[in-house]
Amino acid sequence: MGVHAGVVFAFFYAPIGILIIFSFSGDRIVGQWGGFTLDWYREFWNNDQLTNSITVSLQVALIATVASVVLGTLSALALERFRFRGRRVFDALLYLPIIIPDVTMGIMMLVFFAEGIDVVDSLLGISLAKGITTITLSHIAFCISFVSVVVRARLSGMDSRLEEAAMDLYATRWQTFRYVTLPQILPGVAGGGLLALTLSLDDVVISQFTSGPGATTLPVYVFSLIRKGVTPMINSVSVVMFLASLVLIAAMLGVDRLRSTGSNVPSAVPRGDLSAEPAVGGHERGDT
Amino acid sequence: MTATPAVEIRGITKRFDDVVAVDAIDMQIANGEFFAMLGPSGCGKTTTLRMIAGLEFPTEGSLKIFGDEVGTLPPHKRPVNTVFQSYALFPHMNVLDNVAFGLRMNGVDRTTARRRASEMIALVRLSGMENRRPAQMSGGQQQRVALARALVNEPKVLLLDEPLGALDLKLRQDMQLELKELQRRLGISFVFVTHDQEEALTMSDRIAVMNDGRLLQVGTPEEIYERPANRFVADFIGTTNLLDGTVVDGSTVCLANGTRVAARSEHPAGTMVAVCLRPERARVVTAGDGTESGIGGVIDTVTYVGNARVYTVRLDWMQLRVREENRPGAAPRESGDPVSVTWDMNAVTVVTE
Amino acid sequence: MSVSEIATGDADEQHTVAAATPAFEAAAARAAARRGLFMALPAYVYLVIFFAAPFAIVVIYSFATRTRTGGISLSGWNLDSYQRLGEQIVRDVLWRSLGLAILTTLICLLVAYPFAYYMTIVSTTARNVMLVMVMIPFWTNFLVRNYAWRLLLSSGGPLSSVTEAIGLGETDLLFTKTAVVIGLVYSFLPFMILPLYASIERIDHSLIEASRDLYANGAQTFRRVVLPLSMPGVIAGSILVFVPSLGAYVTPDILGGGKEVLLGSYIVTQFGTARNFPFGASLSVVLMVVMLTATVAYFRQGGRNL
Repeated sequence: MGVHAGVVFAFFYAPIGILIIFSFSGDRIVGQWGGFTLDWYREFWNNDQLTNSITVSLQVALIATVASVVLGTLSALALERFRFRGRRVFDALLYLPIIIPDVTMGIMMLVFFAEGIDVVDSLLGISLAKGITTITLSHIAFCISFVSVVVRARLSGMDSRLEEAAMDLYATRWQTFRYVTLPQILPGVAGGGLLALTLSLDDVVISQFTSGPGATTLPVYVFSLIRKGVTPMINSVSVVMFLASLVLIAAMLGVDRLRSTGSNVPSAVPRGDLSAEPAVGGHERGDT
Repeated sequence: MTATPAVEIRGITKRFDDVVAVDAIDMQIANGEFFAMLGPSGCGKTTTLRMIAGLEFPTEGSLKIFGDEVGTLPPHKRPVNTVFQSYALFPHMNVLDNVAFGLRMNGVDRTTARRRASEMIALVRLSGMENRRPAQMSGGQQQRVALARALVNEPKVLLLDEPLGALDLKLRQDMQLELKELQRRLGISFVFVTHDQEEALTMSDRIAVMNDGRLLQVGTPEEIYERPANRFVADFIGTTNLLDGTVVDGSTVCLANGTRVAARSEHPAGTMVAVCLRPERARVVTAGDGTESGIGGVIDTVTYVGNARVYTVRLDWMQLRVREENRPGAAPRESGDPVSVTWDMNAVTVVTE
Repeated sequence: MSVSEIATGDADEQHTVAAATPAFEAAAARAAARRGLFMALPAYVYLVIFFAAPFAIVVIYSFATRTRTGGISLSGWNLDSYQRLGEQIVRDVLWRSLGLAILTTLICLLVAYPFAYYMTIVSTTARNVMLVMVMIPFWTNFLVRNYAWRLLLSSGGPLSSVTEAIGLGETDLLFTKTAVVIGLVYSFLPFMILPLYASIERIDHSLIEASRDLYANGAQTFRRVVLPLSMPGVIAGSILVFVPSLGAYVTPDILGGGKEVLLGSYIVTQFGTARNFPFGASLSVVLMVVMLTATVAYFRQGGRNL
């Protein structure tokens, strides 16, 4: 079985290793070794369309992450802590974007932004041309669900007596959230945010169907390059994307450690140290 | 004790959907009293405590703290604090911040809050541990932090939800004495929820026994033990033998097999009752030596428990448990010995369902 | 949070302090429900507009008629698009996609089970290292992972050079069904390993000891104790691999070269060059129905670690 595990790992890592090696190959034909070179990285760096698409990807990912963290965390709190009308429908609606295949979701968004867009335009009072906005809107739609699931897991693992204890100790609902609930779920919120960021940066299919001529994300652009024909420059782009993924994985593992240690939270996480806050107690009590 | 009760509960009912968790109970807790709510799990004692704390709103009824109606106030507006089961210490804060939390939320400035928290930490003998996280402390220490965190707010009533349940036996016994001592010193009411009857008997001034959401009896430990109000209380507090029967007259009960035994009761003749006989109040005598109210039986098992021997005596229709102190020279009985079980008329209580 | 606080937080203040009544309790419960709804509302509204509405449009379109210009006529509702599912060419696409998805799932299961089992018997340190090593490809950019295989399998590429060097002759796997299956297995293997590991790890070790004590040998213990108890993981992993494999679009494109038409790209074609929106919509609905059925089955199993 140990051998088997070794083979599986070779299967996992050999392609990536070979990709990295060949990104430094001087041969014009992809997959042929032709001496060490950094030309492809240089070419990649000088390709305006590529660097533009990176900017678009980052913009989309950041906005989608922030929006989905806020919406997802709120929905997680609502679902875990309250009973309200439509709760079950909402719960189901939150799960759908997670399980729906990319292609279907992409098509849905394509049709929606092509046909249903007039309605949305009049609702929002703005005009949505296909581009950064439509990509971002679609990304938020699936990221909310993932953030919500991660935060809910954290919330359900949290002892609800902690919140009761806070209220018993004269904290208002807001103070209870601010000083007890939020610090407790913060690792979950951070983990959900990183997941949203990764998914947004990773997405090809949905972005492809919602991107316009003016704006494509990096994966969409690279996908179109691969379809046109493989050039060694794609190797170098892929290696850079792989390294970016590694950074995100490292961040995620870091958050995971915080999550598992639970109570012994290292100093990296805000401690909710009350003494550090200027007289919040008195003020907020006054206006509740 | 002042005239106004610390906590006054009138006709409090709590329903969760279709389940009645607390069923129209009335209860008064005097100021400075150590009051226990005792019962099996699911009897409604914790729900009652949570309603006093404000963590649960009653469905119906009136709940007063020192004469002020509070039944509909949220927890942060009630002058009571709670020591939670398994403590609910904030894991992301150190001991000092945990203890200072209530004061800070109440608008006390940081310096004062910290000073008072430190004093309270000293009072529960945890000085020097202010910067520790709850996870770095033993169960007993966490228990003290939970106490300090509640008491620093100078509550008018302290509520304790099974506070000793998570501690091992030895520590629990120490803490029982310590809690009792602390309560005496502070002079405020402690309302204490437990399912451990021994703990309730040891610590409380008065005990409320609950079952199925109903309040069965309120009284001093002695009253509860010696004069249980009904069959459930008799059975739940201590070990007891319950002999079913019917009242014949004020001093006689006819048991299920027709034997008449001496037992005082005020129930009318014909009432179905049970005679409650504590094992240590019963005696076994050698069969046929002419004792008046004895029931004949055979010794079934003999268990040696150090200071005493516990016999189970097999009767025709049930088994009895008898506890006999070990005295020097007393010849222990053996399994199979024919005996007669007797008692003083004053040693038994007659209870109904 | 702050919005809901402003909206409902003062409910506490408004009521006069009085004896509790069923009416008060109900009002308090309603206030709590309102708070919950307020918190859920932003995400709720967002998902209704940007998920449920698009979803509904696709379902509606599947019953619509295609106009001559490739537009949509919303007047004549019919089941024509669903009838087309019976056509030979469509059935071929569906069966091919289904077969590929099932094959991928089976291979993943066979590869992942021993691996996951091995993870449960090694030391804690080794186990954590292995988990991280599985997580890395899991989180690596999907496109990069597929592209890496494109490079590896390219004609005259690294794999071909290796097989040639050891005397097996050139391999030319790129743009074949095999390449697509390799790509899919590579993409979704972690989805199989993680739930399998979770369910095997949960098995109480004393059950295995009890089985051995009751005269079962290793193989019998595995077949009668370990395997049945790890079924939730098998089912969860299979669904997690099967569903995305069935709808795969990127992998068949990069590694299959679009030679074999599969469901994913077939759907996309209907919305692209073919411009037959109702038919594309009906194919999407079929895919969603399969996916929903599988998911409901998954939840019935009590699984939650999506």
